[in-house]
Amino acid sequence: MPAKPAMKLRVNPIACRGHGVCAELLPELITLDEWGYPLLADEPVPAYLGRQARRTVTDCPALALFLDHADGDRD
Amino acid sequence: MTPSTSSLTPTGAASEQTRPRPGPALSGSPVVGRPRLLPAPDQPIIDISRHLRRFGPLPYRGDRGLLIDDVRAAGLTGRGGAAFPVYRKLSAVLACGGRPIVVGNGAEGEPASAKDKSLLLLAPHLILDGIQLAAEAVGAAEGVLYTSLDTASTEWLNGLISQRRSAGLDRTAVRLVTAPPRFIAGQASALASRISGGPARPAFIPPRVSQRGVDGRPTLVQNVETLAHLSLIARYGPAWFRTAGTPDEPGTAICTLHQPDGRVDLTEVALGTRLGSLLDLRAAGAVLIGGYHGAWLPTATAAQLTLSDASLRPHGAAVGAGVLAALPADRCGLAETAMIARYLAVESAGQCGPCRNGLPRIAAALADLAAVPAVPAVPAVPAVPAVEAVEAVTSATTATAVRADTHRRASRAPDPSILADLHRWAGLVQRRGACSHPDGTVRFVTSALRTFEQEIGAHLRGRCTAGNRQPFLPTGRTGAGRRTEEDWR
Repeated sequence: MPAKPAMKLRVNPIACRGHGVCAELLPELITLDEWGYPLLADEPVPAYLGRQARRTVTDCPALALFLDHADGDRD
Repeated sequence: MTPSTSSLTPTGAASEQTRPRPGPALSGSPVVGRPRLLPAPDQPIIDISRHLRRFGPLPYRGDRGLLIDDVRAAGLTGRGGAAFPVYRKLSAVLACGGRPIVVGNGAEGEPASAKDKSLLLLAPHLILDGIQLAAEAVGAAEGVLYTSLDTASTEWLNGLISQRRSAGLDRTAVRLVTAPPRFIAGQASALASRISGGPARPAFIPPRVSQRGVDGRPTLVQNVETLAHLSLIARYGPAWFRTAGTPDEPGTAICTLHQPDGRVDLTEVALGTRLGSLLDLRAAGAVLIGGYHGAWLPTATAAQLTLSDASLRPHGAAVGAGVLAALPADRCGLAETAMIARYLAVESAGQCGPCRNGLPRIAAALADLAAVPAVPAVPAVPAVPAVEAVEAVTSATTATAVRADTHRRASRAPDPSILADLHRWAGLVQRRGACSHPDGTVRFVTSALRTFEQEIGAHLRGRCTAGNRQPFLPTGRTGAGRRTEEDWR
């Protein structure tokens, strides 16, 4: 059985309204810039923070935060 | 009906200057002898039979997929700015299946670029041929030509499309969609949104537009010049295409050249051409390469480089959409940068927090940095702003006026911390938008901070060493600050 793929936090910057809830729930991986928008750690979510990260994703009031495959690219 | 010459001009400033003219002689180019796509401005190729006599019949391949190998062998890359390999987009859209759609992108939101509008008016059939051949290659049953041309030119193009249809030239139906005159209207997801009936604002991807674009269908988006090149590769083959340009960057590119004397030239040259043979560098204080998402380079550096990413990338620049500008030696590069940065901030779609917050702050800081009095070149002629000159005259005594002026200058010198702010904000907006507008803006601004380092030092001491602070490059509608929803349609 293959190992669980590494996941990375990502944010939809159009949906994000800068509530800042994510940085309170997951300060290990998320800080806020000087305008209140999240700065995400550019590293896979470590296993011990997986549950907390999933919880943070669920609790984003703008539904802007999500977990993506760490090797996923974008346009 | 033929397009009026005024429709050749991009939106906004300096309209008379931006009419395309015959470019410099191509003799300085490494390989290409004459332009491939671009006819002389006074000899547009509008007539279908004349077009077919000049270039030969439209070589349909007979089935989807068959053209892609030729495009790959030719090494054609996108001429809209990103230089992405064309065969990879073709393959990606073909692989998606479904009912793909092909879009010729002629939005050309960049005010300093005139090449796409000009090509549309001077050699429209090459572009329309390219749409047909690309549609066949990816199995598309529909084509769109997305342009920011005026109403008269759009009607004229519609007439040409009908003619082609009745002449049996076109197999795929093509319709025109108008792009709003916004800098980012040609960004792939903004384009897909506009053609689907929405505003021309970028969307957050994934998935890619090639998988899910216009109306949710797989969408091939290619710049109009790229499609024109593709139509000639289909006719003459990849080996012919590679007879111009360099082995790594084959072919020609149409460039908009802003010369120091204010002339705007349109020219098609082989990739790999020396920049010094395109621009009059003797009269230049600095060179802007690749437009407003591009990079400033010192003139001495530019003189050593060629029009190719291999040459430009190590210096933080790229060919982009072929906008090259030589800033006259007597202009202030910081004033120019501040003006363009303000334009880029206004052109943000305002959807992403870091871009919405960061770009206006960057623009304001650059305006502060730029706004210091010019050093009088000749003591007898005051180069201080008019208001100060009037104040000086109305002051009680000359001594008082001089003292007041000195004090004002001292208090107006920008705070050196402004540079730290600029670099921090640049880092904060980079890679944090749905589209690449913040990244391109940061590339442009940080290149200015490098290239104009010496002038920044002078400004921090309260003095601008440039004699002429008039804006040089066009910025369209910078004056209009307020934006409405209709601006995006």
